[in-house]
Amino acid sequence: MSPPGSSRVVRLSVNGEPRETIVAENETLLEVLRERLRLTGTKHGCELGECGACTVLVDGDQKLSCLLLATEVEGAAIVTVEGLASGPDLHPLQDAFMELGASQCGYCTAGMLMSAKALLDENDEPTEGEIRDALSGNVCRCTGYASIVDAVGVAAARLRGER
Amino acid sequence: MSAGPEAWAGRRLGAGPGGDDEPGAAFRVVGKALPRVDGVQKVTGATIYADDIELPGMLACVLLRSPHPHARIRSVDATAARSLPGVTAVLTSEDLPIRFGPLPISQDEEVLASAKVRYVGDPVAAVAARDEPTARAACKLIEVDYEVLATVGSIEEALEVPVDEPIHGDTEIGNIHRFVALEFGDVDEGFALADHVREDVLFYEGSNHLAMEEHSATAVFAGDQLTLWSSTQAPHNVHRVLSKVLELPMGHVRVVATPHGGGFGGKVDPFAHEVAVAKLAMVTGRPVKCTLTREEVFYNHRGRHPVLMWVRTGATRDGKITAMHFRTALDGGAYASLGVATTHYTGALQTATYAIPAYRFEGARVFTNKATCGPKRGHGVPQPRFGLEIHLDKLADDLAIDPVVLRQQNFVKPYTRTVNGLRITSSGLEEVTEKVVAASAFRRRPRPVGHGQGFAVSAYLCGAGFPMYLNRMPHSEVNLKVDRGGVTVFCGATDIGQGSDTVLATLVAEELGLARGDVRVVTADTGLTPVDLGSYSSRVTFMAGNAAIDAARKMRAILVDAVASRGGQPGAAVRVGDGGIGEVSFEEAVALAEEARGTISTSGSYAPPKGISGRFRGSGVGPSPAFTFTAAVVDLDADPLTGEVRVNKVFVAHDIGRILNPVLVRGQVDGSVYMALGEALMEEQSYRKGLHHHPSVLEYKTPLALDMPAIETILVETIDPEGPYGAKEVGQGPMLPVVPAVVSAIHDALGVWIDEVPVTPDKVLRALDQRAKGGEGRVGPRRFPDIPYPPCTKVSPDAATASL
Repeated sequence: MSPPGSSRVVRLSVNGEPRETIVAENETLLEVLRERLRLTGTKHGCELGECGACTVLVDGDQKLSCLLLATEVEGAAIVTVEGLASGPDLHPLQDAFMELGASQCGYCTAGMLMSAKALLDENDEPTEGEIRDALSGNVCRCTGYASIVDAVGVAAARLRGER
Repeated sequence: MSAGPEAWAGRRLGAGPGGDDEPGAAFRVVGKALPRVDGVQKVTGATIYADDIELPGMLACVLLRSPHPHARIRSVDATAARSLPGVTAVLTSEDLPIRFGPLPISQDEEVLASAKVRYVGDPVAAVAARDEPTARAACKLIEVDYEVLATVGSIEEALEVPVDEPIHGDTEIGNIHRFVALEFGDVDEGFALADHVREDVLFYEGSNHLAMEEHSATAVFAGDQLTLWSSTQAPHNVHRVLSKVLELPMGHVRVVATPHGGGFGGKVDPFAHEVAVAKLAMVTGRPVKCTLTREEVFYNHRGRHPVLMWVRTGATRDGKITAMHFRTALDGGAYASLGVATTHYTGALQTATYAIPAYRFEGARVFTNKATCGPKRGHGVPQPRFGLEIHLDKLADDLAIDPVVLRQQNFVKPYTRTVNGLRITSSGLEEVTEKVVAASAFRRRPRPVGHGQGFAVSAYLCGAGFPMYLNRMPHSEVNLKVDRGGVTVFCGATDIGQGSDTVLATLVAEELGLARGDVRVVTADTGLTPVDLGSYSSRVTFMAGNAAIDAARKMRAILVDAVASRGGQPGAAVRVGDGGIGEVSFEEAVALAEEARGTISTSGSYAPPKGISGRFRGSGVGPSPAFTFTAAVVDLDADPLTGEVRVNKVFVAHDIGRILNPVLVRGQVDGSVYMALGEALMEEQSYRKGLHHHPSVLEYKTPLALDMPAIETILVETIDPEGPYGAKEVGQGPMLPVVPAVVSAIHDALGVWIDEVPVTPDKVLRALDQRAKGGEGRVGPRRFPDIPYPPCTKVSPDAATASL
């Protein structure tokens, strides 16, 4: 293992784009996304894996980017909030969050959206309980979670072609 | 005494667009469920929050903070830190000798402590370095020689006299920061008239805002101009503090409040890190940023004050209140913050829901060696409201009167004055009560063991009636620019997630007959926008909203006049709406006006009307141009074996004046209920010997998605005569009755009283255990301490109701 503080090049796929960047051995994926790649949509609320604000998808799995070293995810496909929309077309989750007021201050929103995306990728017809369970690692202080849970349900229905 | 709205209203704006007073005035934008104006940015990650700012050559700032709750500083040696490669500057107290604070009477904070530290986390030095790890390494090299002093850790300890080493020099007595002692009406006579007198002692624990975004500020100094971007709720406060501490003219300082990752009161105060980055930018000539860690946010705090309460009420046999005496003791933590106002607020609004004919209030705020308490959602009101409502439940029990009826018998009527001089105007108190009781079937509830319902009511401000510093200028100002480039609203108001930008765009679009998307909003930038005092006390919709309508109405008149002059018709005949002014499009009307007058911009402003308070020392805290009223019923199950409480449903009925946007309103009600449940059942900022028990998101318990019950919201529109189109606040009021309703419901379920929040399972079990052993089945403070309150200032009914 290289000494702490030493750097190396890491290759990642971020939102479908191949990226190559120099990182320190002790740099987290969160830091690399925000500070090296300037993808600041992903947020930090604790940097200890406790709040969920930094949630991203790593090879399709819901992960806390503050708990992963960038060197651990070499070669992985990362999806962040910036990769949800297709150009100007918002993802149904984003549309539903906006319409239902599920994003107030918006600081937890990126993490919430990515946790919800991971859920809907696996389960296209989640119950309310399953939605709450999937979001239980994401802290929101504005909404009381109600509009967020509703928005995920609405987005799921739209993705199934209903409503 | 009751009179009609006409006799009471200040500046009436008319409840409809253009000043139309028709009750059924048709709205185009107001009341529609439109998404917020910044909706797309927020869901795509495009919003630039304070810590997302990155400037060329930027340095990172880290503050060295005290590890001791209370210590004298013998010396600070930063020599080694300054010579660490990558370190650009290190500041200590002598670089920033001027004190500051949010109120003129509370200038007790140093940016960097000089002689003493007063809580774990008190800043001592500030480092600017090429990156954060280097700045942290430099902090470790700063040698501070501390002489550790005894820790004052609780209200009781703070009341001890004599004091060897008071936390601050300038206090009332020892560690007592501030007293309030007021009496309205003849309280002794009121008690003499009572058939029954009851006393209770209750406690409300402190809590943190836990906004998801940690505080962050970035400063640039170029030429002789300082710019600071900060996640502040009150850029005007920060502006004033930077000017004072850095000795720069106000005109050389610009403060921009960045889009907010949550405030809840935690970003109202000006903070050391904001001044430190500004000074470091001046010293280094480079941009400097400081972002706090989550742990530091817990130390920065300014959260809910822990409050110990004693209340004594006299009532007639049939439940009419004859007198009330309320005492509070607030644990203020290390510094003053807005604590003088908080202390007043713990006594000011009891009278806003109940017509108490004689009322005595004694409050004391003490200093302790803990993180400073300040304003959190409801600012000083949730604690006494909890105490008062539980106390009234018990009073109703004593008198064998239905708890709803007891309250209804004492309700304050609309368009009256309270005994402490508050002007009450529109009120839906009766209606919210009836509706929430009906919706929840509160009176017909089944009462098996373990299932309970609780009921409570409350009142809250639509903005503080007086500014934080004495002045006669407007509380909110708006400039409106209309030209061939479009419509832009400029206002100092700060959108902290509640949607105030959306409200401004909504009101201006409505007045000018435009779609909301046609109105651009520029806010919270002291270099570009006129002053608004900040996002606190639920003031923005009411105050900035009225200022926006004022500016928009003047603009509407200019455009109507331009169109009318061209057509030779009277202005009254020109219709505004659907993107047109009279016969021409909005754009053509603007061109006509620009041709006739040159640049067209209008200004609007808002100041609360005179005469909304009494005339006595202390009358500045409590009055508001309008009050909202809320009633709640909480339905829950409480497990007698585990002590766990499961909230099934919360019913909230809120008098909102008028709904400006149902999506935003829902967000505020849901969020208020959520925060109330957190404080009722989980949240506590607690300490052991001056050390925070759990300064982390994991251990500081808050309700998660799985914990939240269903919420049924009932909105009552009372169309306030002075609100923007009749609107009132919704950000704080709906929180207030939920906390006591939870505690009342637990009593309903299990027959035990938990007279302190949060109600954790261990307290429930202790109360049940106590009752099983023949005790009273109550957990809560045993006694209220002896506090040397000064004699009450007796305010005569004339002075209480005299207009200023």
